[in-house]
Amino acid sequence: MSDHEYTPSSKFGKWFNDRLPLLTLANHLSDYPTPKNLNYWWTFGGILTFCLITQIVTGLVLAMHYIAHADMAFSSVEHIMRDVNYGWLLRYVHANGASMFFLAVYIHIFRSLFYGSYKSPREIIWILGIIIYLLMMAAAFMGYVLPWGQMSFWGATVITNLFSAIPLVGESITTWLWGGYSVDNPTLTRFFTLHYLIPFLILGLVVLHIWALHVPGNNNPVGIDIRKPSKDTVPFHPYIVIKDAFALLMFCIIFALFVFYQPNILGHADNYIEANPLVTPAHIVPEWYLLPFYAILRSVPDKLMGVVAMLSAILILAALPWLDTSKVRSAVFRPLFRQFYWILVADVLILGYVGAMPAEGLYLLVARVATAYYFAHFLIILPVLGWKEKTTPLPLSISEPVLGGSPNFAAARARSNEKLENTVK
Amino acid sequence: MSDQKDEKKTDRRDFLFTATAAAGVVGVGAAVWPLVDQMNPDASVKALASTEVDVSSMQPGQSLTVLWRGKPVFIKRRTDDEIKQARKVNINDLKHPEKDEDRAKNPEWLVMLGICTHLGCVPLTDKGDYDGWFCPCHGSHYDTSGRIRKGPAPTNMEIPKYEFVNTNTIKIG
Repeated sequence: MSDHEYTPSSKFGKWFNDRLPLLTLANHLSDYPTPKNLNYWWTFGGILTFCLITQIVTGLVLAMHYIAHADMAFSSVEHIMRDVNYGWLLRYVHANGASMFFLAVYIHIFRSLFYGSYKSPREIIWILGIIIYLLMMAAAFMGYVLPWGQMSFWGATVITNLFSAIPLVGESITTWLWGGYSVDNPTLTRFFTLHYLIPFLILGLVVLHIWALHVPGNNNPVGIDIRKPSKDTVPFHPYIVIKDAFALLMFCIIFALFVFYQPNILGHADNYIEANPLVTPAHIVPEWYLLPFYAILRSVPDKLMGVVAMLSAILILAALPWLDTSKVRSAVFRPLFRQFYWILVADVLILGYVGAMPAEGLYLLVARVATAYYFAHFLIILPVLGWKEKTTPLPLSISEPVLGGSPNFAAARARSNEKLENTVK
Repeated sequence: MSDQKDEKKTDRRDFLFTATAAAGVVGVGAAVWPLVDQMNPDASVKALASTEVDVSSMQPGQSLTVLWRGKPVFIKRRTDDEIKQARKVNINDLKHPEKDEDRAKNPEWLVMLGICTHLGCVPLTDKGDYDGWFCPCHGSHYDTSGRIRKGPAPTNMEIPKYEFVNTNTIKIG
C-alpha cells in the first residue's frame, strides 16, 4: 500500500514488523498523502467512525442491562433509565447517537454528491458506502424496536409488512421474519440479535471503505487528479488528524446539546407507552432520518409499487457513478449541475417534511411531485447534463488557483499557463 | 491429464468434479435449512391456534376486539342499517370484489382480522368515509363489511376461519 519502504527504528519493531507488518500499516496511515485543500465537509468520515465506535461501546454496555423479552423489554429499559448507574446517560447517548450518526452520514453523502466523489476511480468506495448506509438503516430500525414501546411495535409491524407486498411468497416471508403470525416475542429476540450483529458488519465494511479510499486517495474540492505525494498534498498526520479532531469537537458539542438538553426531541412520546397489539397509535411516523423514503412509499397509491419505489430510491444511488455522465467531478466547475444539486437537496428536505405529515390533500400532492422529481434528477437530469452542460475550465493543480493570486478559479485559469507554472516552480 | 489434444473430452475426472459439486450443494443446503427454518413459527406459537369468545353480552352496533395468534380480531354485531349498507353495494365498484353474503354468513355478525391489508396497522372502528373502519396509518377506508373502498390497501380485511360453537360462543381458528 505504501509508496515507500518503511523500516522501524527499534530492533524489536523491526523483528515484529517482519512478522506482522502492523507498523508499516500505521506508517502508511500516518504518512498517507492527502489533498491540501480538503475543507470541513471532508471531516465527516472521521466523525462517522467516531459515531460507529460510540454506538458499539454504548450498545455493548446497554446490552448488559437490557432484557430482550416481550414482557420485560419495556420495563428493563425503564430500569436502565432509573436504576442503572449512568443508565440514563448511556441510553440517551445511544438513542441520540443514532440520529447524530445519520446526520453525519447525510452530510457525508451530500458532500460526495456535490464534489463528484462517487465518480471513477472511486465507484467501489461509493457502493460500499451505500451498503453501509443500508445496514445503518436496518440497525437503526431494529434498535428502535427493542424498547418495545408503541412506536417500536407498530413501526416494526409496518416495516415487516413491506415484505408482504412481494407477490406469491410475501406472506410466508413475513411470517418467517416474525416467527409467528404477528410481531411478537420471537420477533423481538431476533431483532436484538441482528441489532447486535450489524454494527460489526458495518465495522468490517468501513475497513473496506477506507482501504478502497486509500487506493486512489481522497477526492478534493477541485475534483482533479493530483500527483501523490506532491506540493498538492499534506501527510494525514498531523494535518488532517488535527483538522478532523477540531471538527469532531464541534460535532460533539451539538451531540451533547441533544443528550443533555433535549434527549427526547428526536423521539416520539408514544414510545413511552408499552407496546399494545390491539391499538395502533393515531399517527405512525418513522424516525426523522427515514422520513424522505417513507414519503416516497406513501406517495404511490399501490402497495407493491410503493415498496418498489422506496427501495429504488435508495438503490438508484448505487448506479449513480454511471448515471452521472459528466467527466468533471466537482460541482465548482459545473454551473448547471450546481443549481440542480441544490434543488435536489431542497427536494429531499421537502420529502422529509411531508413524510412526517399525514398522507392526504396537499401533502400527498407535494409528496408525489417531489418523488417524481427525485427520480427525474437521477434518471433524466444527470445523464443529460453530462453532455449538454458547458463546464468551466479546470485548474491544472490544486496550487494553481491559489498561487495565481486569485480566489476565483476561472480568473486564475485565464492567466497564461506558462506564467503560472513558473510561479509554482 | 488429457494429453496433447486441447479438445474437451468428458472423462472420469469431469464426472467426479460434477458429482462432488452436486453433493456439496446438497450438503450445504441441508446444513443451511435448519438455520433458516428455525425462524419460522415454532410449536408453541402454532399451539395457540384457536380462541373461543363469549359474545352473549354484545348489543347490535357494538364491537369487540379479541386477540388471536397475536393478532386483533374484530367481532362486530351489525345493526340493520349497517347490513343494508353493506349489501346494497354494487360488487363491480369494489377494488376487491366480494359479496357481503360471503363475508358474513350470519349477517348480524361480522368476524374479521382487524388488520389493515396495507401494512398491518389496526384500523379504527366506526370511522372513515364508509362508516366502517379507517386505518390511521396510511388512510385506508373500509366499509361496514370490512371491504377496502378507498386508500392504499390492496384487499379487504381478511375473514378468519371461525364458527359458532353455540349461540353465545364464537370459536376463531
